[in-house]
Amino acid sequence: MKYIVAVIQPDRLDEVLRILEEKEIHLVTVSNVLGRGRQKGISEVYRGHKEGGRLLKKVKLEIGVNEEFVKTTVDAIKEGARTGHIGDGKIFVLDLKECFRIRTGEVSEVAIG
Amino acid sequence: MIKRIKRWIMGGAGFLALMGVSKMGFAADIVTPVINTGDTAWVLISAGLVFLMTPGLAFFYGGLVRKKNMLSILMQCFMLMCVITLQWVMFGYSLSFGPDVHGWIGNLSWAGLHGVGITPYVDYSATIPHQTFMIYQCMFAIITPGLILGAFAERMKFSAFVVFSLLWATFVYDPVCHWVWGVGGFLRNSGALDFAGGTVVHINAGVAALVCALVLGKRKGYPSHMSPPHNLPFAVLGAGILWFGWFGFNGGSALGANGLATSALVVTHVAAAAAGLTWSFLEWKLSSKPTMLGMITGAVAGLVAITPAAGFVDVMGAIWIGIGVSLICYFFVAVVKTKFGYDDSLDAFGVHGVGGIWGALATGLWATKEVNAAGNNGLFYGNPGLFLIQLKAVVITIAYSFIVSWVLLKIVDAFIGLRVSEDEERIGLDLTQHRESAYTMLD
Repeated sequence: MKYIVAVIQPDRLDEVLRILEEKEIHLVTVSNVLGRGRQKGISEVYRGHKEGGRLLKKVKLEIGVNEEFVKTTVDAIKEGARTGHIGDGKIFVLDLKECFRIRTGEVSEVAIG
Repeated sequence: MIKRIKRWIMGGAGFLALMGVSKMGFAADIVTPVINTGDTAWVLISAGLVFLMTPGLAFFYGGLVRKKNMLSILMQCFMLMCVITLQWVMFGYSLSFGPDVHGWIGNLSWAGLHGVGITPYVDYSATIPHQTFMIYQCMFAIITPGLILGAFAERMKFSAFVVFSLLWATFVYDPVCHWVWGVGGFLRNSGALDFAGGTVVHINAGVAALVCALVLGKRKGYPSHMSPPHNLPFAVLGAGILWFGWFGFNGGSALGANGLATSALVVTHVAAAAAGLTWSFLEWKLSSKPTMLGMITGAVAGLVAITPAAGFVDVMGAIWIGIGVSLICYFFVAVVKTKFGYDDSLDAFGVHGVGGIWGALATGLWATKEVNAAGNNGLFYGNPGLFLIQLKAVVITIAYSFIVSWVLLKIVDAFIGLRVSEDEERIGLDLTQHRESAYTMLD
């Protein structure tokens, strides 16, 4: 099992979700995040004072999948999120030790889908 | 002399004013017009009410855009409050209401408010100070370009917005205002009725909005990848402020605290109610559930449509105008816009343009002298002629606003560029145009 974390441009979320859905990957957690990469952020100015940690708004997706879905998922995110401009984001693939479905008590590969 | 008096009343001076004016008629220029404290108080308060509509509009529109563009909408509205106010006192008022030049425009003799003092200017309002009338009209000049920004929201460069708005106020709003309301204006002389700005404000701005949507093009991702309104409660708050302010917009246009003001205020309220209700029922019937956004859109459309008609129609007329506007605007917003694919982002044309056209034409249907002797009878009261006059005013306003707005946009585009870059559009106008965020994410 793998845990896939992707940080993408907020305006690409719709497209990424659509493609994931198309590939029958329905389970996903989405959150708003702030961050910076090579693109760097834009500082804000309030009454003449520069402020802000120069962070940009991004969207983070988290998806737990079985091995055979890893490539499909990563490809789907890459396809939907890519614009070719700096700031398109990153995808991280982590090993996933265990997974429980709370309602049924199922574990691991059965629980994850 | 009868004709002269009639002309004065056409200015909306109301019944109290009429008494003052007819007395004036005999003594010509010797008698100083008397300031009526009630009239003056009401018009001053109305100026405040109409002023508040622009911040109200800011929240109405602001709630409908995405988070990252909230401040850009608020900022554009506040910018207009500052820029157009100065434009108005420096030369805009003079172009709009100053001494007539061949029916087309006012001359510049009132520039800098020269000669516009506290003595009433009888041709516009015999019972209130001239400056009261001027500042009341100023608020209309501010909100009109504000309505347009709904069409180019989320993608226009701030600098281009400022220049375009200033040019538009000068070359579109001021002339059309003069035609319809200025003494000597050719549409006013032709007998076209526009109580509080159906043609001057709503058709004018609505058509300019359509032109903006066409010239600037769609937002990135429209229509498949658009987020829903980021804060509907703000939009509802804004709509509430607009409804409240509209009592001054239409009621104040009687330019006196009198029966006509009451009649205008009552039909304004009734039309908004009828339109809000109609829109809700339409949604309930056609798209499953009545929505909050639909309700406020309908109410605002009703307020738009009754604007030219208030002061000329009775309550039943107002109800029909309210029902009619929701039917027509719903069709434009839900069907026509989708079919043609133009990105009138916040439906500035769909509500103000289309609703204004309906209102101006409907004035030609339901106007009755029973409500306002200084008005006229419409088609349903045996006078088809008025409908044709209204139609003429509508067509002329549409044509003028369309062409001149187009030219102004092309000029601004050539010198400054209208749109922000794709990257800036994606990051949002708040951060890229103003270096601020409306909402923090951490703390």
